[in-house]
Amino acid sequence: MPSSLSWLHPFWAFALPIAASFPLGWLMWRSLDVPEGRAGRGLDALPMLLCRLIGRKTPLKMDWKRYAIAMLAFNAALFVLSFAILYAQDKIPLLNPDGKGPLTALGYKDTAGVQHDGADTAVIFNTVCSFVTNTNLQHYSGEQHLSYFSQLAGIVWLMFVTPAAGLCVMLATIRGLRGDTHLGDFYVDLMRGVLFVLIPYALILAVALVGLGVPMTFEKAAAATTVDGAATKMETQTIARGPVAALVAIKQAGTNGGGFFGPNSAHPFENPSPWTNLLSIASIVMLPMASIVMAGLMLRNMKHAMVIYGVMLTFLIVAAVVAILAEVRPSVATAGMPVVQGPNMEGKEVRVGPIAGATWAAMTTATSNGSVNSMHDSLNPIAGAVPMTMMMLNVVFSGIGAGFENMLMYIIVAVFIAGLMVGRTPEYLGKKVEAREVKLAMLAILIHPLLICCGAGLFAATAWGTTTVANPGSHGFSEILYEFTSASANNGSGFEGLADNNPAWNIATGIVLLLGRFPALILPLAVAGFLSVKKRVPQTTGTLRTDDLTFAGMLLGTVLLVGALSFMPAVVLGPIADHLSSFVP
Amino acid sequence: MIRETVNAFLACVVTFLLCVVAYPAAVYAVGHTLFPRQAEGSLIERDGKVIGSALIAQPFASEKYFAPRPSAADYNASAASGSNLGTTNPDLRTKVAERAEALKATSARPAPTDLVTASGSGLDPHISPEAALFQADRVAAARGMRPDQVHALVETHVDRTGELIGAPPRVNVLLLNLDLDRQNVRK
Repeated sequence: MPSSLSWLHPFWAFALPIAASFPLGWLMWRSLDVPEGRAGRGLDALPMLLCRLIGRKTPLKMDWKRYAIAMLAFNAALFVLSFAILYAQDKIPLLNPDGKGPLTALGYKDTAGVQHDGADTAVIFNTVCSFVTNTNLQHYSGEQHLSYFSQLAGIVWLMFVTPAAGLCVMLATIRGLRGDTHLGDFYVDLMRGVLFVLIPYALILAVALVGLGVPMTFEKAAAATTVDGAATKMETQTIARGPVAALVAIKQAGTNGGGFFGPNSAHPFENPSPWTNLLSIASIVMLPMASIVMAGLMLRNMKHAMVIYGVMLTFLIVAAVVAILAEVRPSVATAGMPVVQGPNMEGKEVRVGPIAGATWAAMTTATSNGSVNSMHDSLNPIAGAVPMTMMMLNVVFSGIGAGFENMLMYIIVAVFIAGLMVGRTPEYLGKKVEAREVKLAMLAILIHPLLICCGAGLFAATAWGTTTVANPGSHGFSEILYEFTSASANNGSGFEGLADNNPAWNIATGIVLLLGRFPALILPLAVAGFLSVKKRVPQTTGTLRTDDLTFAGMLLGTVLLVGALSFMPAVVLGPIADHLSSFVP
Repeated sequence: MIRETVNAFLACVVTFLLCVVAYPAAVYAVGHTLFPRQAEGSLIERDGKVIGSALIAQPFASEKYFAPRPSAADYNASAASGSNLGTTNPDLRTKVAERAEALKATSARPAPTDLVTASGSGLDPHISPEAALFQADRVAAARGMRPDQVHALVETHVDRTGELIGAPPRVNVLLLNLDLDRQNVRK
């Protein structure tokens, strides 16, 4: 068993972000939800100045369709430009001290096991889809395949603007829900989000990380003469480094999760000490939590926001506890051997340990972050089921902005079910919820299991999947299931044993990434747009309240029920079967 | 349509300048000025030569050195990775058994868990204090030192900082081995 003090880690990992989310949420509300009369005054002059550069003198008044079109146009431009940057990596003479070649030359093995070298443009398609959707699923390995320029221009850029885009859609949705006549201006919201939330947070975090040991350099990889070179037949060690701190800070702050190095935050340069580990894990959930607080302030209905916050937090605490309890048990791989039967250490770092590893696994998948500080593939089966479950539910704080959008769809369904139970027309925040809204909500909710189950089913049945798994039996199926779940939930973590860098995986998950992102942002925005123009109905004693414990239970039940009905069979075939097979001698 | 496209590309340019030029430059300027050693990767020099990074494991095979944790990446610090083996994978069992045997572990003297399992990055610079003490007698014998000397040295290298935030105690293998070389030469 780990020492009793190491149980303090989850306490801090929860207490810090919860405590900080309230003042942060207030700051976000003040700086992002600027009333028309105050636009451009004081500090707000900065984002308005940037908007002038793109030809905006005053904020436009967009309805939900225009807002969605602006968001999509911006994302399309991001897609084109970042594709070009990554495609031309070897031709850009900037910040490439190690002389990294083209990303297209990344070879792959096909299903027959034949090695193909070069010209795999699919990996660029996948990478761009992955970073444009705020997912950061990585089928390449950062320190091996990307130049410093690509890390900054291709990756860090998208790590800032995609969570900001999510945040914008959330702002517009809430404006619709509270009945504003227009939903704001996408580009003004975008500039405010980047300038006032993401850059300040990432800047402070990045400097702190450098102080704690994370490299921030543009020098090429260091060559070290090893101490025991003769005996180990490794005379020199090439130590990859780079502008790591700048990337890691926004990776954690913006629910991104894509690492500078292949092993992500398990790598000592991304996460060199227990202190960086705590800072990172707190940053993973900080802004998603704060944005729920911001929602409460915007709606002037803090009690309703606290119901949402409470339901999300309940899921997160249960997930962390289950993962920790499963992970402090010895791995079956060491059973019956002359080995101390301690917690599972395969795929873990000593400075992090099993408790912090399991806590992180729950938090990084509840939010749509997806960075890892231990290898999820090597978790004990039940601990591995926790991250999968969190991504399947996809409403536990989730991505910045995206979490609220996902939860809103469940709220609409919960309100609808509750309305059916008591036989009244369902209402939400004083607006009647009618057939159109419920249909859109159901559509948004059903896309997620459809993508996961169809994708995993197809790949489990064909050579695309079966020849790429790294582990036998149900654990192999878990790898396939995890990959599709992670792609659809826009999470980005993985059971990384899977040989996923080949055209089949790159194209399939690329499409799933896009379908998992944009409908999930636009459908809630549309619902909010429809609700915003409806007449407000007066609240009576018969109105279903959405700000009390009863509704919290209703919401929790709805999420759980839909999740269990959609995913139970798949989870049983994967991690549960894996767990049971541990007991077969 | 054309206006939307122009707007989108202009916004890309503006955010690119903010996030890709201004932000990394600021982090570099502040971080590199305040913490130059960490910013370069915490490199260690001995006799004017870079011999490694305090944060990155390098292989040690000689009897006279403490060995780091097994690495699925063969300690390649430019292509790090974990084993990604599932706990129920027979290959993992085989690997654990081989490592336990190489460590001459017996049921009376079982091998510490971290010495028979591969780390997440393959570059874990630390081992647990138990794993260091497990190897201490072997190291002492190979160097002709008294076991209690080596035990005492290990004790001074146990890093317990961050206990109150739940950090496990740990020993940096490279720093311990360098210290060992220094002590051994002095005698």
